Amino acid sequence: MITTLIYSLTGLILFGMGFFTLIIHSHPLRKILAVNVMSTGVFLILVATAYIPLGEGEIDPVPHAMVLTGIVVSVSVTALALILACRIQETSNSSLPGRKQQGEVPEESIG
Amino acid sequence: MTVFQFSSPAWMVCPVILPLIAGLLCFLFSHRTFAIALAAALTNLLVVCLLTGQLLVFGPMRCHMGGWQPPLGITLRTDGPALLMLLMTAVTGLAITLYARGYFSYRISDPRRAGRHQRQQRYFWPLWMLLLAGLNGLFLSNDVFNVYVTLELIGISAASLAALSGKPASLLASFRYLLVSLLGSLTYLFGIVFLYRSNGVLDLGLLQNLAANGLGIRTALVLMSVGLLLKTALFPLHFWLPPAHANALAPVSAILSALVVKGSFYMLFRFWFEIFPSTITQPTLNFMGTLGAVAVLWGAVQAIRQHRLKLMVAYSTVSQLGYLFIAFPLARVDGGIPVWSIVIFIALAHACAKSAMFMAAGTVFLHLGHDRIKDLSGVRASLPITVFAYGIAGVSLMGLPPSGGFVGKWLLLTASLGSSQWWWALVVITGSLLASIYVFRVMSRLFVIPEGFSLKKSEPHFRLLEWPALALALISLFLGLAASWPLHILVHGTTTLAQVFVGGLP
Repeated sequence: MITTLIYSLTGLILFGMGFFTLIIHSHPLRKILAVNVMSTGVFLILVATAYIPLGEGEIDPVPHAMVLTGIVVSVSVTALALILACRIQETSNSSLPGRKQQGEVPEESIG
Repeated sequence: MTVFQFSSPAWMVCPVILPLIAGLLCFLFSHRTFAIALAAALTNLLVVCLLTGQLLVFGPMRCHMGGWQPPLGITLRTDGPALLMLLMTAVTGLAITLYARGYFSYRISDPRRAGRHQRQQRYFWPLWMLLLAGLNGLFLSNDVFNVYVTLELIGISAASLAALSGKPASLLASFRYLLVSLLGSLTYLFGIVFLYRSNGVLDLGLLQNLAANGLGIRTALVLMSVGLLLKTALFPLHFWLPPAHANALAPVSAILSALVVKGSFYMLFRFWFEIFPSTITQPTLNFMGTLGAVAVLWGAVQAIRQHRLKLMVAYSTVSQLGYLFIAFPLARVDGGIPVWSIVIFIALAHACAKSAMFMAAGTVFLHLGHDRIKDLSGVRASLPITVFAYGIAGVSLMGLPPSGGFVGKWLLLTASLGSSQWWWALVVITGSLLASIYVFRVMSRLFVIPEGFSLKKSEPHFRLLEWPALALALISLFLGLAASWPLHILVHGTTTLAQVFVGGLP
C-alpha cells in the first residue's frame, strides 16, 4: 500500500512540475519536454494502480495495456511536435530580411 | 453470411474502418487520392444511412469487437445522438471533400506555386481520412479509454492539417493547438486513472449502472471535463482556436470549426448527462451556463472587432459554441424539452452553416488574394453563388426562421422562459443580435459594387468551389423545416432519454 502511495505521489509531483513548466516557459523545446514529464507522471500513477494484489502474486494487467497505448501515443505526438518546432525555427530564420530570396512573393496567400 | 444482413451490428465497424483504409490507400496511390477519398466519403454516408435505418427498426445496438464482452472487450454502440452526430459528420464531410477538390485544383492551376500546392494536396487527403476515422470512432465508441485514443487520433491529425499551409503564423498556431490538445488528452487520461481506481471498469454502459457518487468519481469527472473543455474551446480556454482555425487552409478551417470541436463536446455531454447524471449538481450546471453565456457575448464582440474575414468567422465559432453550454442549466427542467434535442439541433445547424461560411470565405480569399473585410466590395459580381451561400449561412448563425439555428435557439428560449430562468433568454437574444451585426457588416461590403468596377473574365471557374458551400448552407436553412425528423431519430434511439430528461418522456 505504501509503495503505491509513493509512486502515486511522485507521479502527481511530476504532473505538477510538467504543468508548471508548460505554462511558465515559452521555448518550444521546453514545452515539449514539459508535456513529456507530465505524461510520465500520469503513466507512473497508472502503473502504480495496477499494483493492487488480486490474489497470490497477481496484478491487474489492464492499466499496463493502457500505459503501453499511452506511451505509443506520446512518442508519436512528441515526434510531430518536434517537427513542428523545427519548421517554426526554419521559417522564422528564413524570413529574416537579410536572407530573403529574390523573386519571392512577399505576402503569400494563406487561403 | 450473417455479417452482411441488415440486422447485423457489425455494420457499425464500417464508419471507422473505411476512412482508415482509404487514408492508407491515399498514401500508396498518390495520383488517385481524390477518387479514393470521395469513394470513402460516399460509402461512409451510405453506411451511416443504413445504421439509421437499423436504429429506427431495432433500436439502439451494441457491437462487441472480436466477440469480447465488457469489461475486457471494447464495445461500439449506436443510439440517437451518436447517429445524428455521425450523419452530421458524413454529410458535412462529403461536402468538404468535394470542396477540397475544387480548392486544390484552383490553386494548382496557378503555375507559380503548383509544386507546393500539389504537396499540400498529397498530405491533405490521408490526414483528412484519418481525422474522419477518428471522429466516427469517437461517436461510436462506448469505452472511456477508447475515447482517449480517438481523441488523440483527432488531435494529431487536426494539428497536422492546421499546419499544412506552411506559413509561420499557421505553424505557430498549429504548434499551440497540438500542445493544448495534448494537455487536454493528458488531463482526460488522468481522469481515467481515478475512474479506473474507484470502479475498475472502463465500459460506459457498466459505469452508468454503477452510479457511484464518491470522491474518486468526482475527481475523475472534474479532470475529464477540464480536458474535454480545453479541446472544445469554451470561453476562458478558447485562446488557441481563432489563430488555428483562421490560419489554416479553407477546407481545413471548415473541418476544424464544424466537426472537430463537436467531437469533444459530444463526449463531455455524454459524461455529464448520461453516465454520471447523479454526480452533477445544479450550481455546476449554472457555472457552465455562465461560461457559455460569456462565450456567446465575448466571441460575438471579438468577431465584430476583427478586420479579417476568416478571423471573424473563427471568433463566431467561439460565440456559437457558447450556446451549447447555455443548454446545460436548462437540462433539469421538469416538463421541458429534452436537453439532447436542443444541443443536437444547435450542433447540427452550426456544423452546416459554419462549414459553408468557411468555404465561402476561402473562395473569396482565393479570388481576391486577401480577406480584409473593408476591401471586399465587388465580390458579388464575380462570385454570386458564394455570396449567396455566405448570406444563407449567416441567416442560420443569426437564428432567423426557418433555419436550423432558429429552431435551436427557439428551443433554448422556450426552455429558459418555461423554467423562469429568463436571464439565459436575454443572453440568447443579445447573442443573436450581435451575430447579425458581424454577419451584416461583411454582407454590406460584399453587395456593394464600386464605381468603375469591371468583371475579370479571365478567372478560371471551378464549380466545386461554389456549390458544396451552397448545398450545406441550404441544408442548414431547411433543417428548421424538417425539424421533426432528427427529433424522431433522437427519441427513437435514446433509451436513456428518461434519465437525461428528469420529467420523463414526453
